[in-house]
Amino acid sequence: MGQIITYPDNHEPDRFTTAQLDWLPWIAPLDEAALTDRHYEGLVDRSRSKSAYFRLLARDPEVLGARTRTDKDIFYSKGGLPRAERELAAAAVSRLNGCIYCASVHARFSIQFSKDDGDVTRLLERGTDAVDKGRNGAVVRTAVALTRSPAQFGEADIAALDDAGFKDDEIVDLIQAAAFFNWANRLMLSLGEPQES
Amino acid sequence: MSNRTLIETLARIPEGSAIAGAYAQRSDARAQAELSYRLLLSPQDEGPVGLTERYAVAAFVAALYGEPATRDHYAGLLRGAAPDLADGIAAEARSAAASGPWGHFPAGPLSVEDQPGTGWEATPERVAQYGARLAAALAHTHLLVLHPRDSSPEALAALLTAGWDEDGIVVLSQLVAFVSFQIRVVAGFSALVAARAKTPA
Repeated sequence: MGQIITYPDNHEPDRFTTAQLDWLPWIAPLDEAALTDRHYEGLVDRSRSKSAYFRLLARDPEVLGARTRTDKDIFYSKGGLPRAERELAAAAVSRLNGCIYCASVHARFSIQFSKDDGDVTRLLERGTDAVDKGRNGAVVRTAVALTRSPAQFGEADIAALDDAGFKDDEIVDLIQAAAFFNWANRLMLSLGEPQES
Repeated sequence: MSNRTLIETLARIPEGSAIAGAYAQRSDARAQAELSYRLLLSPQDEGPVGLTERYAVAAFVAALYGEPATRDHYAGLLRGAAPDLADGIAAEARSAAASGPWGHFPAGPLSVEDQPGTGWEATPERVAQYGARLAAALAHTHLLVLHPRDSSPEALAALLTAGWDEDGIVVLSQLVAFVSFQIRVVAGFSALVAARAKTPA
């Protein structure tokens, strides 16, 4: 029978932050020494074997590989939605779902690519309603509408993106970025906990 | 474009349309989402999670979110394998669907944002109806779908107690999380398709 790992002495961060955080797995990751070619194929980048999170997901390496290749194309591909806005969508979904770890990573990326921390700081400190102007407001509202249950995203949301000047290829990227963090958040939140580094 | 993906079918993206072209630009995201679907819902080797369990969990995720095309797709898969279970899951989702995401933050300044909600427990009645393993999986599914920030090591321990192993928990988690992604892509693309059917961009 398996075993759950707990960290009674860990002080979880109690607020959203752009600081670097660590992540502690509740299920044992695979041993780095035990990884085979099949696992490395799932990790995609060899350096990901240093991450406890990815070595935990490597328990199903094929599914991890498909997840990682989806992630990379949605966030790193050229053209379409600017990277800063893809990352803002990721941070907004994470803020709403409550993934402090994911929000920290993608808030940092969004600031790095936009060179502006105003809206990201408002998002982290005050929540998704605090970003309500211009393109960033439209990105965050889309992220929220796609994340909330039950399903409520509709033609009015597309019309709002049209009014804000988003082209169809940008809308496709935005939908995928917001949807993807509904995948990522659920793994990070449910398989371990963040730690202040 | 050959080999339409499930997302394209469910979102009714017209073949050859501008939207199809924009999605095809993200060829890895498109193909790898389809691969995830096949790996998780029609695995060559079931491994630690049985096929009917996979269908039941996916059907519950989709029905709780409620995007109609994806909900009907997964309900159909489950109905083909286990009709009684499909009725049971549909009824559970009708009574358990709620506004999400809700849940608690770590105690501190975010506590003012805590939102209460009604959890879904593996009660003795549900264990009798679905078996301990599936009842525990459905409870975990409800947690991840509607109040994922309430996740805890205790929630994973409950799965182990009900007969799940560590590899199985990873598959279950990926399944719930993947369908949560896929159904939102379908919801988003469906809205885009509907909008462009009226006023072509």
